Amino acid sequence: MNIFKIIDQLGNLGTSASDTQAKSRRDSLFGFENIGNVIGKFAAPAAVLAAVPTASFARTAETVVEVLNFALTLEYLESSFYNQGVSSGVIPSADIAVFNQIKKHEADHVSFLKNTINSLGGTPVASPVFDFTAGGAFNPFGSYGDFLALAQGFEDTGVRAYKGQAGNLMSNNEVLTAALQIHSVEARHASQVRRLRNKNGFDPDAKAWITGNSRGSMPAATQAIYDGATSEANTTQGGVNIATISSLPVGSIQEAFDEPLTKAEVLAIAGLFIV
Amino acid sequence: MQKEEIQNEPGFMTQRVNRLGFLKYSGAAIATTGFLLAGVGCKKDDDNTPVTTKVDLGTGDIGVLNYAYALEQLEAAFYTQVIATPFTGITASESAILIDIHKHELIHRDFLKAALGTSAIIGLTPKFTAIDFTNRASVLGTAKAFEDLGVSAYNGAGKLITDANYLLLAGKIVSVEARHAAAIRDLINPNSADFAGDDVVLGLGLDIARTPAEVLAIAGAYITNTLDASRLPTS
Repeated sequence: MNIFKIIDQLGNLGTSASDTQAKSRRDSLFGFENIGNVIGKFAAPAAVLAAVPTASFARTAETVVEVLNFALTLEYLESSFYNQGVSSGVIPSADIAVFNQIKKHEADHVSFLKNTINSLGGTPVASPVFDFTAGGAFNPFGSYGDFLALAQGFEDTGVRAYKGQAGNLMSNNEVLTAALQIHSVEARHASQVRRLRNKNGFDPDAKAWITGNSRGSMPAATQAIYDGATSEANTTQGGVNIATISSLPVGSIQEAFDEPLTKAEVLAIAGLFIV
Repeated sequence: MQKEEIQNEPGFMTQRVNRLGFLKYSGAAIATTGFLLAGVGCKKDDDNTPVTTKVDLGTGDIGVLNYAYALEQLEAAFYTQVIATPFTGITASESAILIDIHKHELIHRDFLKAALGTSAIIGLTPKFTAIDFTNRASVLGTAKAFEDLGVSAYNGAGKLITDANYLLLAGKIVSVEARHAAAIRDLINPNSADFAGDDVVLGLGLDIARTPAEVLAIAGAYITNTLDASRLPTS
């Protein structure tokens, strides 16, 4: 199913409270310029804030346990998503091996993070309750196109989220290395999901890597996954605008580097799926 | 000596660097960013003093970035040859993926060289005699090995870096290497679990991390020069 049709249908529906909320969520989905509004309007982001130590927002330096609980929340989200996806029957048999592998990894990440948090003397956060329809905006367990779109969104977000936290783990080499080892697994997942979207005809331009801040055929509401304080369109690394030292296309320069998201940016994205 | 002649020439792996652009960049970056690594190292970029057979990667963050630069030189040189002499029966979609990866590796290499400035190691000379560039299995098998090796190298090097900005830079590159690795693996065994196979993602859901010594023991077979990683940080 074309995901845009869902948006159109939502727009044509009546104005029951739930429909209005669904559409509002969709409109503001990932629109982190409206983080304040989103947090104020909906319970979902508030649930995320409860799941992650709120003190972190007032601090510039995260503790290792805080970072790991943030990561754990994302892994809960991914693990729940793939568990439901694999069980739902929405995935064609040709692609099921891929998603069984991803599902296994996300469950492993949840276990690993919980164990690590415990070993550091922290307390793992509990799993939030997820609504992967985002209030009715998506149909991931009935539409393979929706499933792949959300999978791409979660994986690309996960890569950017871990990247954004690496600097906060430098005090613990063991944890930093493990986080990097998870980070590259998420990137492998992202690569594969993006190519499956191409192979299955949902996005003929989708590549394993991110070109500029393009979301391709993803719904407009997912744009924040590719934007952020440091956009995926960035071409300046370490103060060097690479376009001035390379004659290769700007698109290739953008593809060659993935960019981080801040914790607040990630929570604004993930929060739409938490009830 | 033949060996000296080879090593005093611009390395095969860096032939495509736009040196004019690089020099122009260097001056500007020193003035404006403070991020450049210039002035820290001990070796001038263009001097013609005899080069010993060992290439010293250096110490500290500079050493780690030179280590990354060495690996990116290797990858860039490999894909340059892959693109120059496509394997028999290459498809359009395979070609498109390999062309993209080639560009990414050239960009990684040229960026690191520019960032390292006068601290950069020389252009290395590859040794690809074991690779049959006409053969799909040989080329994709080598690409898979190089990409997985690169991922494990960056994963293992993160903890060696002391500057958070450089750590972030390494993070920006390693996830792209992991995207490459998954794509190459999927070309070899499509729609299977191999894109993140159990041979590289171990029981805890963690990708492999290797020390520089472990990485260079593998990569060394493809480089004529001997890399000296003995002064790199170990933690």
